[in-house]
Amino acid sequence: MSEEATETAVETKQARGTGELMALAEALIFVADEPITARTIADVLEEDKASVEAALQALREEYDNRESGLQVREVAGGWQIATRTELHEYVRQFLKTRPSAKLSIAALETLAVIAYKQPVTVPEILEIRGVQSASAIKTLLEKRLIVTKGHKETVGRPMQYGTSKEFLIHFGLKDLSDLPSVEDFEDLVQ
Amino acid sequence: MQEELEQYTFDFLTETAEIVAESRDELSIRIGEFAGPLDLLLYLIRQEQANIFDIPIARITDEYLRYIRLMKSLDIAVAADFLVMAAQLIEVKSKMLLPRDPFADPEEVAEDPRQELVDRLLEYEKYKSAAQMLYEKATIEQAVFPRGKIESDENNAEISATVFDLITIFQKIVERQKEKITMEIERDEVSLADMIKRLHARILEHAELSLASFFEEFDTRRELVTAFIAVLEVVRTESVKLVQKKTFDDIILKRV
Repeated sequence: MSEEATETAVETKQARGTGELMALAEALIFVADEPITARTIADVLEEDKASVEAALQALREEYDNRESGLQVREVAGGWQIATRTELHEYVRQFLKTRPSAKLSIAALETLAVIAYKQPVTVPEILEIRGVQSASAIKTLLEKRLIVTKGHKETVGRPMQYGTSKEFLIHFGLKDLSDLPSVEDFEDLVQ
Repeated sequence: MQEELEQYTFDFLTETAEIVAESRDELSIRIGEFAGPLDLLLYLIRQEQANIFDIPIARITDEYLRYIRLMKSLDIAVAADFLVMAAQLIEVKSKMLLPRDPFADPEEVAEDPRQELVDRLLEYEKYKSAAQMLYEKATIEQAVFPRGKIESDENNAEISATVFDLITIFQKIVERQKEKITMEIERDEVSLADMIKRLHARILEHAELSLASFFEEFDTRRELVTAFIAVLEVVRTESVKLVQKKTFDDIILKRV
């Protein structure tokens, strides 16, 4: 997709205004089936990343300002156009969908440990949770929320786990740094 | 002191009835909801409104064991991890009961036997809060919908052909079909009924029929199988018998 677009962009290369950049970025975000990175948009449009990012921010503000039913947002390192949270009731009614099955407490706890401690091994998860997490790990792997991250070079070479891109998408996170820091929870506890 | 220790022997399976009777309603609701022994322990500490840095270990251990017994009596499989924690609690409790080593340096502050447990609980509670945060984020995220899938999302080849392109292609296919040499392969169909009729005819012709010569009349596997079944059928249902004069000799079909 991007290669073809790049070729056509070569011919029409000229200074674009922010408005034009916003329109182009909006079109690309709309057709992309996954969150699209500013880098990809910049490559397709043959623009520098900084001006694309500025256009994306402006685009987001424009959607917010006119209280659109859609929002332009950052997810999993890319940009996405999606419906606004408040409108979910009617969107669901139309799509005839229900919120999908929630993860169990055990699975969520295991996922939390993996998200903050990655790459992390099963024994390390056991140490923190105080309970075997094998079935929770299986569920998380099946849902592709976590991925294996190679073996740890220690006794028994245990498998290490980390979170996936699906994890960021499922929880609506920009990237891992978008997670509140674990120290914040510490303050909360004490 | 001795008496108190004895109370904590691993006697999980007895004395359950009264505990269940007194607390089934109140406790059973929470049973099975704990994500692990640390989760249960945190719950008990909160129930007791105790300070996590100064856990009343005797009371909490009592409560913990009560839960374990209750879980057993309610036939809830108690994970080994819950029992490990029970053992650790008892160990901490017994350490607290021991008098201070009289020969130890009086300057040195003895480590609180509960310290390791407190550290683990605090560490665990952070991730428990993180899990709660993830739950909330997932709930919010489920209210957000990206646009629906469009054709090209599944890497479908694009359809850029016109109706005329389609007609041209179709005509070419029709041409090619004409050129094709058709070759029909007939399938030998021999029904079991036909085969039995044929076998009857043979038996009527000859009073005795050699099975070997009868089978030699056929050359496909299908026919042979049908012939074999026909022989079995005729022998089973009619007054025909198979005779073999000596071992390995030809088998003869004979009318009785």
